[in-house]
Amino acid sequence: MSTIINPKPPAVAPAEPEAAAHHVGKVRSHPSQNEGLIFEHSIPGKRGMELPPLDVPAVDPVAALGAEFTRDSVEGFPEVSEIEVIRHFTRLSTWNYAIDLGMYPLGSCTMKYNPRVNEFVARLEGLATEHPSQPAELSQGCLRILYDLQKCLLSITGMDAVTLQPAAGAQGELTGLLMIRAYLESQGNARKKVLIPDSAHGTNPASVVIAGYEVQNIKSNASGQIDTDHLREFVTDDVAALMITNPSTIGIFEQRIAEIAAILHERGALLYMDGANMNALAGVTRPGDFGVDVMHLNLHKTFSTPHGGGGPGAGPVMIKKILEPFLPTPVVVQKPDGSYALDHNRPQSIGRVRAFAGNFGVLLRALAYTLAYGPGIRQATEDAVLNANYIRKNLEKYFDLPYDLPSMHEVVFSDARQKAKGVNTMDIAKRLIDYGFHPYTTAFPLIVPGAMMIEPTESESREECDLFIDAMRSIAAEADANPEIVKTAPHSTRVGRLDETTAARKPILRWKPA
Amino acid sequence: MRYLPKSPSERQEMLAAIGAPSIDELFKSIPEKFRLTAPLTLPGPLSENEIIQYFKARAEENAKGYTSFLGAGVYSHLRSVVADALLQRGEFLTSYTPYQAEFAQGTLTAIFEFQTLMCQITGQEVANASMYDGSTALTEAVLMAERLTDRDYVLVARSVHPEYRQVLHTYAKNLGLHVEEVGFTSSGQIDRAALTPEKLAKAAAIVVQSPNFFGVLEDLAPLAEAAHAHGALLVDTITEAVSLGIVRPPSDADIVAMEGQAFGIPPSYGGPYVGVIATRDKFVRQMPGRLAGQTNDAEGNRGFVLTLATREQHIRREKATSNICTNEALYALAATIHLCLIGKEGIREQALQNLAKARFARTELEKIPGVRAKFSGRTFNEFTLEFPRSVKLINHELLKEKIVGPYSLGLHYPELTKNAVICVTETTSRAEIERFAAAVRKILEKPL
Repeated sequence: MSTIINPKPPAVAPAEPEAAAHHVGKVRSHPSQNEGLIFEHSIPGKRGMELPPLDVPAVDPVAALGAEFTRDSVEGFPEVSEIEVIRHFTRLSTWNYAIDLGMYPLGSCTMKYNPRVNEFVARLEGLATEHPSQPAELSQGCLRILYDLQKCLLSITGMDAVTLQPAAGAQGELTGLLMIRAYLESQGNARKKVLIPDSAHGTNPASVVIAGYEVQNIKSNASGQIDTDHLREFVTDDVAALMITNPSTIGIFEQRIAEIAAILHERGALLYMDGANMNALAGVTRPGDFGVDVMHLNLHKTFSTPHGGGGPGAGPVMIKKILEPFLPTPVVVQKPDGSYALDHNRPQSIGRVRAFAGNFGVLLRALAYTLAYGPGIRQATEDAVLNANYIRKNLEKYFDLPYDLPSMHEVVFSDARQKAKGVNTMDIAKRLIDYGFHPYTTAFPLIVPGAMMIEPTESESREECDLFIDAMRSIAAEADANPEIVKTAPHSTRVGRLDETTAARKPILRWKPA
Repeated sequence: MRYLPKSPSERQEMLAAIGAPSIDELFKSIPEKFRLTAPLTLPGPLSENEIIQYFKARAEENAKGYTSFLGAGVYSHLRSVVADALLQRGEFLTSYTPYQAEFAQGTLTAIFEFQTLMCQITGQEVANASMYDGSTALTEAVLMAERLTDRDYVLVARSVHPEYRQVLHTYAKNLGLHVEEVGFTSSGQIDRAALTPEKLAKAAAIVVQSPNFFGVLEDLAPLAEAAHAHGALLVDTITEAVSLGIVRPPSDADIVAMEGQAFGIPPSYGGPYVGVIATRDKFVRQMPGRLAGQTNDAEGNRGFVLTLATREQHIRREKATSNICTNEALYALAATIHLCLIGKEGIREQALQNLAKARFARTELEKIPGVRAKFSGRTFNEFTLEFPRSVKLINHELLKEKIVGPYSLGLHYPELTKNAVICVTETTSRAEIERFAAAVRKILEKPL
C-alpha cells in the first residue's frame, strides 16, 4: 500500500484480533512518496516559464528607480523547469484526499460534488479576463450573471434583497450584523448584545465582536434545541439579534422557529440565520417564510463551488426589506431599460466589506450549479436528507446517538460507547482513513462530548453509503476487540499522526536553506 | 439529474430500510405551514451544453476584443497553462481545509511553500496561509497593529487604494478605531510633514501602499523610523505584487498586507484573488488566519500541520484574532505554482519588462501637447498623467477605438478629475501602446 488511495475493504470485514500486533510500516519505494519541497529541487539557471522578448527599449532599474528602491533578485526563489513543477505538484496532490476520490462526510462542511462544467465556464475568455473597474457598458455579461444569481438566491431563501459582496461565510455574518446594527441605529438604538446558542460555529461569536457587539451565550435544552422560555429571559431591550443555525449543528430543525422569531420581534430584536446548513432546506422550506430577517449562505457548501483546500468561498447575505437601505455598496441593479449597473449612491449603506464586486468567479460557479438543477434543487435536498437518515439507521446500533430527534442532512453520534475501551472520536476518524474515507467532523458541536458529525450530502450513491456504513461497523468491532489498531491509526498514509504539540511550541513556518 | 447518483428504486429501497413510508416523512420536523407545496421559481434545469451556451452568451456581452490600460489593484499578467492544469487536479480542487493532516499533506506542503515564497518576496519573516484579498488583508493588518500597540488610532495615506480604505472604514467604525487620512505631496508620496510627533505618539500605525494608488513608490525606511521613534508600526500594502521582482522588498515595514492576484491569477471581474499578511516572527501570535507548520510523525518523517490555532475562531470564538475561517487556499496554490514556474530569473525579467513598457508608454503619452506627469515620484508599471480635459470624456471616446482607457481619479479624488492612472504590463504590446497614444492624441486634437 504505497498510496493513500486504498482499495476499500470488503463489506463488513470484522477485525482480525491478530491485526493489532501487526505494525503496518510506511512504504517509501515510489518517488511520489519521497517528494521534497520545491526549494530543495532548485538549481541556479533553470526556469519553468519564459516571456516573449521585450519589444521596447530596456530600462536600467537602478537608473530608473534609484539604488535605494531596487533589489538584485528575490533571494531563495526556486529555479526549476516546467516538468519538475508538474511532477512536484502532481506528487503532492496524491497525498490529498478529495471529493473526486470518495465520500467526504465532514459534518457542517457540505462536501458535495463540484461540477466540472462550473470550472469550464469560469475560465471562458470574456469572463475570467474581465477587469472589475471596466465601464458597466462593457460589463453587462458579468453584471447579468450577478443579477441572475441574486434572483435565484432570493427565490430559494424567500428573502427580499441580497448582497453578493462578502468573500466567505464569516464575512457574510459580519456584513449581516453590520446591517442589523445600522438598522437599529436608524431606529435610535444600536443595542449591545447578540445572543448565540452554545451549539454555534466559532465564526458567529468572532463576527459579533468585530461588529462591535457583546456575545451572550445561551444554553441549548436537553434536546439540543433553543429553550424558548430561557430565550424570553435573555431577550431584553439590549439585545440586537439572535444568531441561529437552522437546522442546528446537530442536524435538527428548530421546530419552534416561528415562536423564536416572534419573541425577538416583540422586543425589537432581529433573527439572524447562519445558512451553513441550507443543504437541508433548499426547495423544501424558505427561511424568509419562517421569520428570519437576515441570513447568509456559504456558496462553497450548498452551491457546490470547490473548497480548494480551504477556500475561496462566497458568503452572500439575504435580508428582509427593512434592511435594504443598509446593503454594502455597490449594489447590482437592473435599470428601467433592462441594462445592469452597479449602484454606488446609497447614503445609508454600511459601506464596503471587500474591494470590487466580490468573489465573482465563485458566484459564477454557484449560478452554473443552480441553473443545472432549476426547481429540481429539491431533489438534491431530499437525497442529502435520505443519505443522512440511511446512515443513521444503519449505525445507530453501533454508536451512541446523544439527541434522538429526527435528523435532517447530517447525523451526530458520540464516542460514548467506544470510550469504554479508550477509543475516542478522533481515533475512529483517523481509522476511517485506512478504510478509504475522509474522517467525519470531530469534537463539534461543543454541546456533544466526543462528537462524530456525519454529513454525507446528496452526492453519495447508495453503494458509497453502504461502504461507509461497513467501514464504521468494522471500526466499532475493532474498537471492541482490538482497540490498539484504532488508537494508532492511520496506518495507510504516507505519514502517521503528526506531532502537533511540537509544531505549536517551536513553530517552523517557512523553509530555510540548511 | 446527472449530479445525483441514485435511481428511483434505490431511493425507495433506502426509504424502506429507514422505515419511512415516503420522503416527506423525513421532513416532518419542519412545521407543515412552512413546507413548500409548489416548486421554486428558478430558471433551469439546464444540460451541460445549455449552461455553456448561457455563459458564452454572457462573455460576448463584456469587453472581449478591447485593449485595456486599467490597473488600479487588478493586473493583467502572463499566466501559464501549466499552473491552471495543476490547479484543476481534483485532489487539490475538491479537498477540504487540511484539518486531518495525514490525509492532506499535499495541500499542507503547498501552503508551507506559499508561506515561504511570500516571506522571500516581501522580505518578512512569517506569512500566513492567505486572506480573502488585499483589501481585507489591509484591514486585518491594521487591526493587528491596534492589538500589538494597544492604540486605537491609525494614520492612513490617501494614496492607499480607495476601495481598500473604504473596507477599513467599514470595519473600523464599530470597533472604536479612529482612522485619519493623510494627504500626498507633489511627488505623489505620503505627506510626511503631516505625520507630527503628537499624532505618531498616539498612532498604532502609519499605513501606506507601495507602489501606491498613483503608481508612486513610497520611501519606507524614513516612515518606519518615524513610526518606531514614537512606538507606532509601519503597515505597507501592495496591490501590484510583480513590482517586488525588482523593487526593494518592504522589510522596513512591520506588517505587509499584499494582494497576490498579480501572481498568475485572472482578473475575473474582481475575484477570487489571494490576500497575504506577512510580518515579523515576534508578532506571529497576533496574526489572523491559518498557518501551516513543519513537524514530524512518530517515525521521524517530516510532515506539515495547521498550527498556532489558538489564535483562531474555531478555538477561541469571541476572543479570536479574526473571524476568518474559509480563506483563498486554491488561489494561494495558484500563486505558488506560478511563482515556481516563473522562478528567480523570470520574476525579475517580468518586473523589468513592466518597468520598460510603462516607461515607453509614459514617454509616448508625454509627447502629446497638454499631457504631463502629475507626480515626480518613482514609478513601476503604473503612473499618473494629467490631461487637458476630463478623463471621463477621453475614456468615452477611447471606447470607440476599442480601448478601455486608464483609471480616472476623479471619482475618489475630486481634485484630480483631469488625472488618470495608466497601467502597462508585459502583456501590453508596443503596437497597442502606440495605438493608444495615437488615439489619445487624436481625441485631444479634436476641438471641444
